[in-house]
Amino acid sequence: MPCIEAHELRKSFGTTVALDGVDLRIEDGRILGLIGPNGAGKTTALNAILGLTPFQGELRVLGRNPWTERDLLMRDVCFIADVAVLPRWLKVSQALEYVAGVHPRFDRSKAEGFLSKTSISQTKRVRELSKGMVTQLHLALVMAIDARLLVLDEPTLGLDILYRKQFYDALLNDYFDCNRTIVVTTHQVEEIEHVFTDLMFIDRGRIVLSCSMEEFAVRYLEVTVNPDKVGPARALKPMYERQALGRTVLLFDGADRNKLAAVGEVRPPSISDVFVAVMTSPEAQAGR
Amino acid sequence: MNTQSNAVPEVLSGAQAVVPATVTPTRLLYWSIRRELWENRSIYIAPMAVAAIALIGFLIATMGRAFSTSDLARRQAVLQEPYEFATGLIMVTAMLVAIFYCLDSLYGERRDRSILFWKSLPVSDLTTVLAKASIPYVVLPLFTIAILFVTESIMLVLSTLALSASGLPVRPLWTEVMLLFLSLSYHMITVHVLWHAPLYGWLMFVSSWAKKAPFLWAVLPVVAIGTLEKIAFNSTHFLGWLQYRLSGPDEFQFPGPHTPPAHVMMHLNLVNFLTTPGLWFGLLLTAAFLAAAVRIRRYRGPM
Repeated sequence: MPCIEAHELRKSFGTTVALDGVDLRIEDGRILGLIGPNGAGKTTALNAILGLTPFQGELRVLGRNPWTERDLLMRDVCFIADVAVLPRWLKVSQALEYVAGVHPRFDRSKAEGFLSKTSISQTKRVRELSKGMVTQLHLALVMAIDARLLVLDEPTLGLDILYRKQFYDALLNDYFDCNRTIVVTTHQVEEIEHVFTDLMFIDRGRIVLSCSMEEFAVRYLEVTVNPDKVGPARALKPMYERQALGRTVLLFDGADRNKLAAVGEVRPPSISDVFVAVMTSPEAQAGR
Repeated sequence: MNTQSNAVPEVLSGAQAVVPATVTPTRLLYWSIRRELWENRSIYIAPMAVAAIALIGFLIATMGRAFSTSDLARRQAVLQEPYEFATGLIMVTAMLVAIFYCLDSLYGERRDRSILFWKSLPVSDLTTVLAKASIPYVVLPLFTIAILFVTESIMLVLSTLALSASGLPVRPLWTEVMLLFLSLSYHMITVHVLWHAPLYGWLMFVSSWAKKAPFLWAVLPVVAIGTLEKIAFNSTHFLGWLQYRLSGPDEFQFPGPHTPPAHVMMHLNLVNFLTTPGLWFGLLLTAAFLAAAVRIRRYRGPM
């Protein structure tokens, strides 16, 4: 059973189509980066997966229909929607008590262990904590839950770089194992692309790219060429090109590596470069 | 619910062992109610504060006034006076707290976005709404009765001391206060909880639905219908009906201080109450409002 399986998933708000027939299948033990421009349907997709919004089409998360079985699903799924959802009046100790009270898979001592590594005092209220500390608290709560799926929607939005780094380090080192699945959306792709096992680009409610990072590495190559080799390089049909320090960088999809090596210096591209290329491609532009 | 899927993990950490993970519904409800009390401390602070004020007032004014007169009959009357006023004040406070609590109950969590946190936990919308509804229907009435009991006991002890010191009989006061307490508790459960149930149901329904200003949404439609009827048909059936829904038939009115004690217990007997026109319709309406609130909360996210 895949962790998440969707078929022809659709959702519209009035005349705006947020999800336009999405098919996806995410296996257990993957870390999926869901990347897309603003308004592409990322959050809508995650909301459907989390049972926060009704949808058309088929969607099973851990074998359940999230919309009708949200409360049962949440025994095995955790999510951090964005940084500021912990109620401001809640005391840190109350947060621990409450989650321990309602969640069958919450390990309070584990959460306290995580908190003891921070400067968060249990007598404080959420409103007295800094934004970074609130995220640390939320993360401590979530990491102490033995869940099978963790969904993070822009989890580090508005945090400084130190907290962002800590956040992903904690997630990888203390939380992730091959039984868990993590789905992350973020605009700060560079910081976590080394973490992903799978990648999905979403644009205007459709999945425009879906592959594992191994496939990604084989498929996309970037070549930096000197001005005299631009002609031959273009003949190999790059999907995108840009200028960098007087040289031209061309991005190829599924090209022969040896041929590319003959015209310039071949490197694996970053996710954001491929993202920009895919989003500004003629096919993508045609739809806009 | 299981890890017997084809992907057999290479490393099985101890924590990953699958246990049948459930929390009993009563425990979910218990923690949901505790969470409401953490958030809304006014539920217990406001009635307690009013009780404390009533007690201080009782001490200063009554004791002062009682002993400023040498007329013993007058002194006795003064010592018996403040009970109704103190209890009335506490009950009105509890009602105001309930009204404002209900209006904010399902609106506040959307306004501060914390609904996303609550929905990330395995607690159903039904449990959440029931926990919130239990505040006006169970928690506040029981708590109010307890506060009334404590307040009146303290007042009774003080009055008893004062009466005995003056050589006056204590028995009439005790009888009256005990009857007052019993009939108040009864009044609380019948009128404040059962008869007023649709009021709180309506407020929670509006609270779950309104995207803005739940107070206005709760009040304006009612005013609008009443006004429309008055202008269009020059009649006031709706307002009359509403008044009946809020205050009930005459025998629901809590008897005034001059009612003879025996009558206090008789003013609303259970059979009369249970056969009051509109009681069961009101309870059905309440169930419909709450069911609607459960359903609406499912669709609602942060604002």
